[in-house]
Amino acid sequence: MTEAPLLSVRNLSLGVQRKGRPTTLIVDDISFDVAEGERFGIVGESGSGKSLTLRAIANLLPAGVKVLSGSVQYRGQGLQGMPAKSRRRLAGREIAMIFQEPMSALNPVMRVGEQIAESPRRHLGLSKAAAMDLAIDMMRKTGIPDPARRAQAYPHELSGGLRQRIMIAMALSCSPKLLLCDEPTTALDVTVQHQVLRLLEQLCEDTKTALVFVTHDLGVVNQTCRELGVMYAGEIVERGRVKDVFADPRHPYTKGLLDSAPDFDQPDRELVAIPGFPPNLADRPDGCPFQPRCAFAVEHCATARPRLADVLPGREAACFETARIFEGATA
Amino acid sequence: MTDVTTQPAVPAQPEGNAPPSVLRVANISKEYLLGQGLFGRFGGAKKASLKALDGVDLELRRGEVLALVGESGSGKSTLAKILVGAVKPTGGDVHELGLAEGAGRLERSRRVQMVFQDPYSSLNPRISVGSMLAGLLRLHRVVPPGEVRAESIRLLNRVGLQEDALPAYPSQFSGGQRQRLAIARALAVRPDVLVADEPVSALDVSVQATILELFRSLQDELGLSILFIAHNLAVVQHLSQRVAVMYLGRLVEIADTAEIFSNPRHPYTRALIDSIPRMSADSFTDQFEVEGEPPSPINVPSGCRFHPRCPVAVDRCRTEDPSLSPIGPGHASACLLAAELPVYQGVPALKTALPALKEEQ
Repeated sequence: MTEAPLLSVRNLSLGVQRKGRPTTLIVDDISFDVAEGERFGIVGESGSGKSLTLRAIANLLPAGVKVLSGSVQYRGQGLQGMPAKSRRRLAGREIAMIFQEPMSALNPVMRVGEQIAESPRRHLGLSKAAAMDLAIDMMRKTGIPDPARRAQAYPHELSGGLRQRIMIAMALSCSPKLLLCDEPTTALDVTVQHQVLRLLEQLCEDTKTALVFVTHDLGVVNQTCRELGVMYAGEIVERGRVKDVFADPRHPYTKGLLDSAPDFDQPDRELVAIPGFPPNLADRPDGCPFQPRCAFAVEHCATARPRLADVLPGREAACFETARIFEGATA
Repeated sequence: MTDVTTQPAVPAQPEGNAPPSVLRVANISKEYLLGQGLFGRFGGAKKASLKALDGVDLELRRGEVLALVGESGSGKSTLAKILVGAVKPTGGDVHELGLAEGAGRLERSRRVQMVFQDPYSSLNPRISVGSMLAGLLRLHRVVPPGEVRAESIRLLNRVGLQEDALPAYPSQFSGGQRQRLAIARALAVRPDVLVADEPVSALDVSVQATILELFRSLQDELGLSILFIAHNLAVVQHLSQRVAVMYLGRLVEIADTAEIFSNPRHPYTRALIDSIPRMSADSFTDQFEVEGEPPSPINVPSGCRFHPRCPVAVDRCRTEDPSLSPIGPGHASACLLAAELPVYQGVPALKTALPALKEEQ
């Protein structure tokens, strides 16, 4: 019997529609599955559509951005057409989200303990006191010192690292099956980032929570995720296991990204930047979106659009020339 | 390449084989007084103070890239502001070596220029690129009035932009291009020293590489001395010759780049290195994981200021405040146990991480 995956994104396209103007496509026909307990990372640069993809899953798209086609399914149920009431039953209980900026995601006029307890009270039917006990327990698990006292604090009284821990405690308070993370450590100092990532890793391990982790930091994705999708101009251009993709990329953009990032373990490697700029989404090139910047592009790259296709066991890339570029190079 | 800046003569100080310094700060401190609210003023209550910098000695050598690393609140940006003269220190001196006797404010500001972190807020949106550069060139009389335009174009070319950028406004450029503009602006007055405060952390990785390359070429071709403030140690490792690590307003370790990463002699430096999310290593190295967050500079711990987070702290660390002392050629550390720290195992450059990974899978 084949069970539906925990999360299944199918042919999802997002865009902005304005009166009298052509639709601007921001995310173009992307698909991926996340299995139970899986940790899936999405990397890409600003404007690649990675955060919007995550927000589409959480149904938190900013005003103006619409799902144009495709579906997001959670355990086989479509999340788009779902009535608001059943959606609310899932949000927080089954699917939780951690945002980049804890200060703007927390309620500034509510004590943090109450904010954590809110979700267990609502979803698990706990009494006020029991929910507060759980909140304090969650705070302890996230490594917050003196949790009983800190639970009485307001967000502005806490440091950035503590606020992010509060967000994690809040997100994990009902042991969700799926945790959506939008650059959760970008605003933190390195030593604190290290602590928070380890904490996430540990807690997800304990509760078998699946992760969808959006980041621009290749090191962070290597440390937190097993599977990876690389996004460029609203498309997933390569997908596979993080370690395999990093060791042997099969899309010219992935390779360019890896070559341009300083790697602490290879201090003598020259950094090679990707020439040019990402395309203007309002004026997409006809063919492969990476073609104008690609050193390996041939004629038909400018006219036909490559689709994700298997290139290796467990690896997909959206490039016509991947065999020529990478197998020629490694042979 | 056209050499845009012609360096004013810096008196050569033949001292060993280290190049002469261009800028030196001695025992610099900066204290901000807090709580001067209404009640404090009338009640005469004891004022709290925030020591952003607490006795920092640092010299920038001619033609080097010196990286300044540390977490928020370590005082690295305050130091940068003091160097460019935007903030007055409450104690200590800034020595600008090679500055003519009796040089005025204009000359001082010319010598040390700054590039800021956020290229979106550091350029005036209502001034075109051409008039931004021309204004500076005229004010500082860098070139005769007739050559202002030609010089502006040369500056743009130097940072990888074209003449057509002159009439454009900052909003017409991408983040990376804006950072190039900010660098062109800093170069316009032919400075000796560039202070760059996190100049690439707001940029995407693929753009970051081009800006790092630009900094490197400025160092090579113009002989600029660059103080490069960053929190990304992988970036620092690629660009700088020396690294200074700051913690809570103090310098805790300084050494050549290769030395500091292969033989860190302060537990905080080790913790920083171990916190780098690695791209090829298998998982976190956590020999030196630190707990908690940097304490507030309002309330600096007694003894060694790192001891509450330090995994190897002993009793002595709680009472004795270590000063930065030499422990090797060009290497200084402010740790009482600097000589006794175990040999560092996390040496990244020597680890061949990739083959091991493949086996494991």
